[in-house]
Amino acid sequence: MINATLKQLSAQLAAGQVSAVELAAAYLDRIALLNPQLNAFITVDRAKTLAEAAAADARRAAGNATALTGVPIAHKDIFCQQGWKTSCGSKMLDNFISPYSAHVVEQCAAAGMVTLGRANMDEFAMGSSNENSFYGAVKNPWDLNAIPGGSSGGSAAAVAARLAPAATATDTGGSIRPPASHCGVTGIKPTYGAVSRFGMVGYASSLDHGGPIAQTAEDCALMLNVMAGFDERDSTSLERAKEDYTRELDQPLAGLRVGLPREYFAEGLASDVGRIIDSAVAELKKLGAEVVEVSLPNTQLSIPAYYVIAPAEASANLSRFDGVRYGHRASEYKDLVDMYEKTRAEGFGSEVKRRIMVGTYVLSHGYYDAYYIKAQKIRRLIADDFKAAFAGCDVILGPVAPTAAFNLGEKSGDPVQMYLSDIYTLSVNLAGLPAMSVPAGFADNGRPVGLQIIGNYFAEAKMLNVAHQFQQATDWHTRAPAL
Amino acid sequence: MSLTHEDVARIARLSRIAVTDAEIEAVGKQLNNILGLIEQMQAVNTDGIEPMAHPQDVSLRLREDAVTEPDRREVCQAVAPQVEKGLFLVPKVIE
Amino acid sequence: MKWEVVIGLEVHVQLNTVSKIFSGASTAFGAEPNTQASLVELALPGVLPVMNKAVVDKAIRLGLALDADINQKNVFARKNYFYPDLPKGYQISQMDLPIVEHGKLAILVGDEEKVIRVTRAHMEEDAGKSLHEDFHGMTGIDLNRAGTPLLEVVSEPDMRSPEEAVAYAKALHTLVTWLGICDGNMQEGSFRVDANVSVRPFGQAEFGTRREIKNLNSFRFLEQAIKYEIQWQIDTIEDGGKIQQATVLFDPDSGETRMMRSKEDAHDYRYFPDPDLLPVRISDEQIARIRSEMPELPGQMKARFVEQFGVSAYDAALLTSSLALAQYFEAVATATGQGKLAANWLGGEVAARLNREGLDIADCPIPAERLSGLIARVADGTLSNKLAKQVFDALWESDLSADAIIERDGLKQVSDVSAIEKMVEEAIAANPKAVEEFRAGKEKALNALAGQVMKASKGKANPAQVQEILKQKLA
Repeated sequence: MINATLKQLSAQLAAGQVSAVELAAAYLDRIALLNPQLNAFITVDRAKTLAEAAAADARRAAGNATALTGVPIAHKDIFCQQGWKTSCGSKMLDNFISPYSAHVVEQCAAAGMVTLGRANMDEFAMGSSNENSFYGAVKNPWDLNAIPGGSSGGSAAAVAARLAPAATATDTGGSIRPPASHCGVTGIKPTYGAVSRFGMVGYASSLDHGGPIAQTAEDCALMLNVMAGFDERDSTSLERAKEDYTRELDQPLAGLRVGLPREYFAEGLASDVGRIIDSAVAELKKLGAEVVEVSLPNTQLSIPAYYVIAPAEASANLSRFDGVRYGHRASEYKDLVDMYEKTRAEGFGSEVKRRIMVGTYVLSHGYYDAYYIKAQKIRRLIADDFKAAFAGCDVILGPVAPTAAFNLGEKSGDPVQMYLSDIYTLSVNLAGLPAMSVPAGFADNGRPVGLQIIGNYFAEAKMLNVAHQFQQATDWHTRAPAL
Repeated sequence: MSLTHEDVARIARLSRIAVTDAEIEAVGKQLNNILGLIEQMQAVNTDGIEPMAHPQDVSLRLREDAVTEPDRREVCQAVAPQVEKGLFLVPKVIE
Repeated sequence: MKWEVVIGLEVHVQLNTVSKIFSGASTAFGAEPNTQASLVELALPGVLPVMNKAVVDKAIRLGLALDADINQKNVFARKNYFYPDLPKGYQISQMDLPIVEHGKLAILVGDEEKVIRVTRAHMEEDAGKSLHEDFHGMTGIDLNRAGTPLLEVVSEPDMRSPEEAVAYAKALHTLVTWLGICDGNMQEGSFRVDANVSVRPFGQAEFGTRREIKNLNSFRFLEQAIKYEIQWQIDTIEDGGKIQQATVLFDPDSGETRMMRSKEDAHDYRYFPDPDLLPVRISDEQIARIRSEMPELPGQMKARFVEQFGVSAYDAALLTSSLALAQYFEAVATATGQGKLAANWLGGEVAARLNREGLDIADCPIPAERLSGLIARVADGTLSNKLAKQVFDALWESDLSADAIIERDGLKQVSDVSAIEKMVEEAIAANPKAVEEFRAGKEKALNALAGQVMKASKGKANPAQVQEILKQKLA
């Protein structure tokens, strides 16, 4: 049961083979057993979870169940959830019980999904390794010495370790895809604006995307059916008809044009990762795909552009954490400014402070044009690169990260080295395109490696089709770590 | 270019983050490393390119002017550090 | 040395929407603290702004009235600074692309009309309030006002005296209330003025260094503060000092301005486009629709009053100082065909009484229709001015028409020659001394006799006729 997919759990619940309460209890037991070593959850509340599960069973008994009623879910601690501590991985919000719920949380609740707990994450989603959490690093279930990837490391580790069948997550510069890749699970971030940001604690508003992590592409499609959709409370939420993301899953791939960006296979890509991507591409060819070479010439510039735009937006987004209305307030201060400065110095971790200061600097008087406007122009060049590439292919394939998961502590002392590891994911966020990571093999050190599938705007169903067909032909996504 | 101690102190002040004299050197070094990374952008010619603020070129949606929010003071102030008579208290503001 | 004064004004106009600019919280004034601060105004983690359509419409309305350009693409920006009444740590405002630019507003100072250029008007959110009364040495924050929609209207430094500044502020106040976009209540902060003031030697091309006086909430304070500031700057320079750019507050009690102690790093606001909001786009149709709904503007109406009703430019300006007054005047002038008389009554008796009672023309207990009845009786000679004032007082106290009051109180002016002749003869007979004096060439004696006649008629005799008949009889 613990290895079941959402699809299977849905069927078992519908058939009455298991109740929501039994299911929740099984996962809670497993969390109690394994979370002490993995640290994938910040908050677990057995009573609350079982109450939600009982309500789901009652709903099913009343005949109002949806496909996912009673299915458990872990929420990344970035999504506000009424009555639950919503810490965002930060001391700043360690005492913050949210008085309201995010759109994504509401949607899951409306479907009858049962909250298993709150998944650990890099503080305010700033990090690539999940070592920046106030609650300590998350461990990779495949190798406890390895990072799980960040910032949605808790979500990915929880699904990989079968502590949850699925989890919500967010992706600002890659925070869904590298954790999914490093933990051997499937994760997707849809087109910018498809999932409401209402209630998702803001890091970089124009780059923040919500999305699911699950075992399979099919489960991700089911989750997107719940999570995506127009929300009038987010001005950047797109007004589009509700779509069924499972609708193209079973289509054959014959004639699919797959683009391989030359720049994603150049210097810097570890040879074992390269080989895994090559064999995944070969597999898709067997399924009927045609391969074309494409070029994304400004890929390298995505790192500097991202590290201007994201910190700039973050520096303002995080100004609300001032110790006045909620959250941490320093216990001793001599005046108002001192209260602000001490509160923020104590409440934020070092990476968050770094990004706030970088953002403050690039927006400050005299530097705005040289940094911020310049970065936004480069952002356009990057988006235009993708536009040109998609003129010749249906999806773009490549690695998610240059290497398999590195060791805990390996890069935590050198922010710039850490930033460079997001080279294949940042540009997608700058363009606002949908992208996903699908398990594709294991590196020489035995750690999982994911294949990245990048789609054109609103091509989620096509990407999920490619991923699903790949998963029908391979079994990487069914492998689970021994714990 | 490289940030001086004074620059770092000014940025920290603007950010309302206390940075002690002991920390300022290390913080400055990290910020300079990051700015070094960012400097790569300057090598690219972006003349005539329109800055891109958003992934989608769409217009702002506007809502009707109607009161829809109830009073939620009690639940919201339950998580506040210091409240009295419905007001959030802060150290004395000097105008 | 002769000094020239240069003044520019930034006016914060609170728009009279029912809900906030970025949330559905109420904007009603005077609620219990923080009961109208929704999740958005509290800046809870994860909440997002959603723009109020009425704010855009009202901004366009003002833009059209100022004959300004409407930017059909305009952009919200974040203005970053830390202050406890600013919950997000930034104010959502507009910087590079405001909704309104390049407008103009005509003002009248004395008899002279002058056009003040309006640089821009942009949409933004108001801040909350800091309450400084003592909470154990702390300050209380009320966020009810936070998120109230504002238009910040910025003028060019085109004004050259405190009088011009006040005239501009009043003209703008008239306009925004006229357009129905602001309630104009200055005590409640609906219309707040910041004045940028500098001085320079006459003939010097470049401006002097300016100081900004913040948050003036009455026209009187605006005038006092600018006057004080001008003198302070001139004194400072003449004493060999230099003016430093600064933000100052006006203290109405002392009548002085003083430097603000906060905001030391206020000059680095780190503006950038708000990524939570998309560009506002305004269609040609939207502008055309709002244009078609525009009322006649004060300037246009003023010119028409001069043309149509023959009132002076000065009176026309007074009559168009508010829409309610202008509409009242037009109703009376049209009903009676007596524009000048109507203007005199509104500027005289009506204004004085309203002023005494602390009322606005909109609250005047005498509707235009009843005042018209009175003015018609003055015009046709039924009432003397004195009687008319009596009738006016009665109109104020009752719901009767002027004619009904005249009838009830028997106030009709007596113009019957035989009746007046009889009274004149009696007066001559009873006052031989006055008659003698008049005949001896003392013109004043005639007035005494006329007074006797008026008294005998209980004020109802037609004074002109009394004079005429007296002269005839004494000739």
